Amino acid sequence: MAMPMESPISFTNVGKIRWWQRGIFASQTGYVLLALAVLLVIMHFASPYFFTEGNMQNVAKNFSFIAIATLGVTFVIITGGIDLSVGSMMCFSAMITSMVMTELSAPGSPLVHMAADGKTVLANVPGLILLISILAGLGVALIAGLVNGFCIAVLGLSPFVTTLGMLSIVRGLGYVVSNGRGSFPGGPDADYFYALTSGDVLGVPVPFIYLVILALAMAVVLHHSAFGRHVFALGGNEKAAELTGIPVVRVKIEVYVICALAAGLQGIIISGWLGSAPANMATSYELNVIAAAVIGGANLAGGIGGPLGAIVGCVLLEVIRNGLVLAQVSSYWQQTLVGVIIILAVLVDRIRSRMS
Amino acid sequence: MAHADATPVLELRGIGKEFGAIRALHDVDMQVLPGEVVGLMGDNGAGKSTLVKIIAGNFRPSHGEIRFAGNAVHFSRPVDARGVGIEVVYQDLALADNLTAAANVFLGRELKRKYGPIALLDHKAMAARALELFGELRSETRPDDLVKQMSGGQRQAVAIARTRLSNARLVMMDEPTAAISVRQVEQVLGLIHRLKEQGVAVMLISHRMPDVFAVCDRVIVMRRGEKRADKPIHETSPEEITALITGAKEAA
Repeated sequence: MAMPMESPISFTNVGKIRWWQRGIFASQTGYVLLALAVLLVIMHFASPYFFTEGNMQNVAKNFSFIAIATLGVTFVIITGGIDLSVGSMMCFSAMITSMVMTELSAPGSPLVHMAADGKTVLANVPGLILLISILAGLGVALIAGLVNGFCIAVLGLSPFVTTLGMLSIVRGLGYVVSNGRGSFPGGPDADYFYALTSGDVLGVPVPFIYLVILALAMAVVLHHSAFGRHVFALGGNEKAAELTGIPVVRVKIEVYVICALAAGLQGIIISGWLGSAPANMATSYELNVIAAAVIGGANLAGGIGGPLGAIVGCVLLEVIRNGLVLAQVSSYWQQTLVGVIIILAVLVDRIRSRMS
Repeated sequence: MAHADATPVLELRGIGKEFGAIRALHDVDMQVLPGEVVGLMGDNGAGKSTLVKIIAGNFRPSHGEIRFAGNAVHFSRPVDARGVGIEVVYQDLALADNLTAAANVFLGRELKRKYGPIALLDHKAMAARALELFGELRSETRPDDLVKQMSGGQRQAVAIARTRLSNARLVMMDEPTAAISVRQVEQVLGLIHRLKEQGVAVMLISHRMPDVFAVCDRVIVMRRGEKRADKPIHETSPEEITALITGAKEAA
């Protein structure tokens, strides 16, 4: 029932918003990116080792180790929620993955059938054990994410309290299943596992490749799918989202599941690099992950955030850490500086939005 | 516009609502015909908002029956009401500030394009349709601007444009002219006229007597949870309506 327009719409009264006043140029992500560029230049002059291939590989690898989880938590932060359980989730998924891998490869295990050659049946299909164990690790993350989402979206508990509880539950379960010892990837597929988690392709660390793929996928989902639009709407005005018919409960559960899966995947990758999944692995990583997301421009009040910001936040943290090491500053200063940067980034954003 | 023989778009029979011991609505009957503009007036606490929320599916009535286009309907969520053709412009507009005007217009019913198995948002089509709707509303609103950068009138236009997406048969507007400029009030009233021309019934909830007398065919006055008057606009006067709202006159 389109009504005919009497005359074309004119914008005599409303100025066009200039390109530098919109999108990335007017966002916290934009000027944190600028700050990062400045920092890189400073590092280049401060240390001749900074821009060497080895150091760059090192930096790329190190920030990839928290960046995938940061992508996940960014989804949650955009909806106005928070997930404190990511650190524990990394550990638990990694632990389950390596335990399943070892268990399925062990000839004496009650779970597996023996083939004629003395190996377990599963071990005769290359990669099958690896696949099953990674799915098991992601499976427990999926369950934890569903529980988080159910408590928050259906029961209406606060995200902070729910995920704080989940932090403790999942960490505790990790100690229970491994008897406090943690676990190690084992069996015939362990070599594939190391290649897939800590190897490199043409000099590029594989975690970095996963990160780029996932970040691109996230950008498409957030900005070009109805789900992404609903995620932003939920963070902008939850009541409006509900009134306009967005399935609020489903979207919320989905973001917590995405976040838990990202953390689980991150944990599995870290355990490949470490060569084990100790029971205290990734302790307090949730703080680094949330700090990186916030520095990169995700707003804890909801409605703002994206993959570029998440990555920029992680890179900034890692460059500072790396820089302090190269400058031979005590590594204890790192944490202090990270705190200062979190506050600075948010402060600059506040000043900017006051001025406009 | 109101035809005596037409089936009412909306018919309420004996609607009542209690919140615990508080009786918010009692035995409300009303009819809205296609293409009719009905003003719903009353002081704060008279039960207007509760009535609107019941029709919009936010609350279930404690008593009574809602009939839409002749059929009994039961709404448990706002989406159900929207499904049969009831659109609401909420007083707080229900807009997500962090999204663009076009995104807000299409919130919850985005246009998509299929790329193989994947359906992605059709930004171009949504922006074009939103611009068309803003044009009809005579609102200088750019589809790609963020709602948080907009004036009150532009925000109103975005909220009203949303109701024009579907083939709504009843549009309820909660205080659409409360927070906007004089020029924009004219635009909103103009839009109500256009809805009416298209056979869409409009229920206007407003405190502003001049607006109600400018566009409405009929006015219903609520007081203390009950319907006190239901009169064609030309048989009444602002003075009488004021007396009914304040209780100086009990019923008419």
